[in-house]
Amino acid sequence: MSPILSVRNLSRNFGAIKAVDNVSFDLAKGELLALIGPNGAGKSTCFNMLMGQLKPSSGTVQLLGKNIAGMQPRKIWRMGVGRTFQITATYASMTVVENVQMALISHHRRLYSLTTFAHKLYRDEALALLDTVGMADQAERHCAVLAYGDLKRLELAVALAHDPILLLMDEPTAGMAPRERIALMQLTADILDAKGISVLFTEHDMDVVFAHAHRIMVLNRGQLIADGTVDEIRNNPQVQEVYLGGGTLFKAQEDAHA
Amino acid sequence: MGLFIAQILTGLANAGALFMVASGLSLIFGVTRVVNFAHGSFYMLGAYVGYSLMQVLPGMVGFWVAILLAGIIVGLIGVIVEFCVLRPVYSAPELFQLVATFGVILVIQDLALMIWGPQDLLGPRAPGLKGVIRIMGEPVPQYDIALIVITPFVAFGLWYLITRTRVGTLVRAATQDREMVSALGVNQAWLFTGVFFLGCALAGLGGALQLPKGGADLLMDFNILGPVFVVVVIGGMGSLPGAYLAAVIISVLNVFGVTYAPQSTLVLMFVVMVIVLMFRPFGLLGKEEVAGEHGQVGEPERPIKPAGRNMRLLVAAGLLILGLLPFYGSNFAVVLVTDIMIFALFAASLHFMLGQGGLVSFGHAAFFGGGAYAAALFVTHANTPMELALVLAPVCAGLAAIVIGWVCLRSTGVYFAMLTLAFGQLLWSLAFQWSEVTGGDDGLVNIWPSDWASDNSVYYYLAFVLCVGGILLLRQAAHAPFGYAMRAARDSARQAEAMGINTKRIQWVAFTFAGVMAGLAGGLFVFSKGSIFPNELETARSFDALIVVFLGGVKTLSGGWVGAAFFEGIKDYLTRFEYWRLALGLSIIVIVILGPEGIVGSLRKAGERLGILKVPEDAK
Repeated sequence: MSPILSVRNLSRNFGAIKAVDNVSFDLAKGELLALIGPNGAGKSTCFNMLMGQLKPSSGTVQLLGKNIAGMQPRKIWRMGVGRTFQITATYASMTVVENVQMALISHHRRLYSLTTFAHKLYRDEALALLDTVGMADQAERHCAVLAYGDLKRLELAVALAHDPILLLMDEPTAGMAPRERIALMQLTADILDAKGISVLFTEHDMDVVFAHAHRIMVLNRGQLIADGTVDEIRNNPQVQEVYLGGGTLFKAQEDAHA
Repeated sequence: MGLFIAQILTGLANAGALFMVASGLSLIFGVTRVVNFAHGSFYMLGAYVGYSLMQVLPGMVGFWVAILLAGIIVGLIGVIVEFCVLRPVYSAPELFQLVATFGVILVIQDLALMIWGPQDLLGPRAPGLKGVIRIMGEPVPQYDIALIVITPFVAFGLWYLITRTRVGTLVRAATQDREMVSALGVNQAWLFTGVFFLGCALAGLGGALQLPKGGADLLMDFNILGPVFVVVVIGGMGSLPGAYLAAVIISVLNVFGVTYAPQSTLVLMFVVMVIVLMFRPFGLLGKEEVAGEHGQVGEPERPIKPAGRNMRLLVAAGLLILGLLPFYGSNFAVVLVTDIMIFALFAASLHFMLGQGGLVSFGHAAFFGGGAYAAALFVTHANTPMELALVLAPVCAGLAAIVIGWVCLRSTGVYFAMLTLAFGQLLWSLAFQWSEVTGGDDGLVNIWPSDWASDNSVYYYLAFVLCVGGILLLRQAAHAPFGYAMRAARDSARQAEAMGINTKRIQWVAFTFAGVMAGLAGGLFVFSKGSIFPNELETARSFDALIVVFLGGVKTLSGGWVGAAFFEGIKDYLTRFEYWRLALGLSIIVIVILGPEGIVGSLRKAGERLGILKVPEDAK
């Protein structure tokens, strides 16, 4: 079966720094793929290129065989890619359900309509989406007063609104309490499994990654240094070195002392 | 060649005052985020205070001491203003402070009128520098040379203060992150006051320094505001070298403009600004504004809901009372209410793009006056009947909005506001200087309604239908998907773009829509008055609309027209008194301090407290 997402030789330079260096990978249908790596490894840069926020210096990103590298975020979204942000982005002046309705209105291309009341449009669909993330009871609440964990769940409902084939989640559990993290990720995995959506996500919490990812890729200094199942990654000496120290910095110091 | 050099020298000399006022404005904005509309007033005060001091202080020493003292005194007046007017409203919603500074403009105008009288004052010439020196045969005033020498010293002193001293470090830090600076134990309140002193002192100094060249008059405050905003924007907000560079460019350009293209001097400056911003959206030496999504102060805006049954009945009853006015009201009342309704539509159109779209325009009069001029020009030059002219007014305003919006929306935040101001000024200078077509200062007259509508009562109904209809349409748009998309783009452009919304295009359409509605108001205006003059395109007119929007309440749906009705009503009453500006300015300041959420917002709060209105669950 052909992959949903196929990335080839993706690179991005900032001046002389190679933030992302020649990264290639495939994402199969229904797969939950994690992208991990220490701070500054290039995860966010990689993500921003996939989502259209950044133009790659070189390389291609193919969604179902069509190159989307360098496309604007809103075009990529229209092709069936949803996303959630590392720091939540919601519409603070609307109610919870209206946030979801907004995505549905955009999906049905009714943005320029003047004749209807927006709060009546696609309300049932929006409530059903809120129900899947367990937010239906808060539908009428003002978005600005929600707790952070609820905002994350709302964002997930918004990302699911246009029936995406692929979901990009940038640190889905960042800023949450440990117990909430497990619950949110379990919820996400269940929904995606039920809907058959493929997911690429970055994450710092290794418990979350090892518990849910089908496959893990490790990025370090812009380069993909490992790609494999949970067990393979856990036992990969290079990954252990990156995460537990023994990196070039210390090695260089040792060399200098010697 | 000699003339060329002499002109450059004149330009450099003129740049002095402009630079000082502009750098003061830029400093105050950078640290306090207050766009100080009253900055021109401090410049004017500097001139007047300097003039009075020069009358009592004799000789050359007296002259220069007077200038210095004028700066210090104006700085202290600035401190008083900051203390009494701005401190209470720093925590109010963003940009609300500019309403307060607008009140300050009015107060200072009338105080200056009281103290120094209405006649223009001719500035004394500088003792010891009264002559001219000849450079390549051309006479250059000695005082100009003095100014050319002094300005770089002031600029250097300022630069040293900002980049090399502890105070300057704090100021720069506060420009980047106010909260962090106060978290580090710096007394933010006194830092603000200090910066206000410095900024106002610079404005006062500029006003006093230009006395021998320009004198003092009561129009100085608004006249300098346009050029100063242009300089700040071309140079880049917060950049001192940028402000100096831009002041020189603009001043030299003006001198050459007077010589070679006297018909277009006013336009020239704004054309340069637009060109610069097209290529460098943050000015020549400015850095990108980091307008975070966290910039919101005050209570978050509440979700909106269409009015319930009771409210609709109430509105219908109100409209009925209003609609029957010609049957029980005097002719005067009919004309007054016509004016109010037209202004309310104008304000509501600005409120729509500002409130729902977060687009703060300083030049909305371009579309009001533009629509009015379009109608008047068609009537004057093509004998167009009123009915057609009333259609062409919004159409032309809309076309103008498409072009202006395209340029302005390349920038965001303050730069967007300044660009709209520039285009407003551009249209104003066109109307003012292209007298063959627009009649210039004399305006266009004899623009009367068709015969069937010439009766005040009939015209009242025409205005009633179009204005009320327009306001209701704007309100419907706010509740429609389009209005929601505007709020989405404003609340989080990041998320909106990531869900398929073309935020720039939404804003562009919104800008145009608001322009069309303002144009309709302008068309109605010109037929109700029978004439149109360039002052309908002035920055002051744009500010009027802006003030009433804030006064009514930005974060409410009906703030626009409520504020407009209130403002026009109170203005009509107050203008019967001699010092009405003072009274109006003080009322504005009092309202701003007592009700920072505007009239509608404050009434809603009061209603909820008294139990008349239901408090939403989440607002408790």
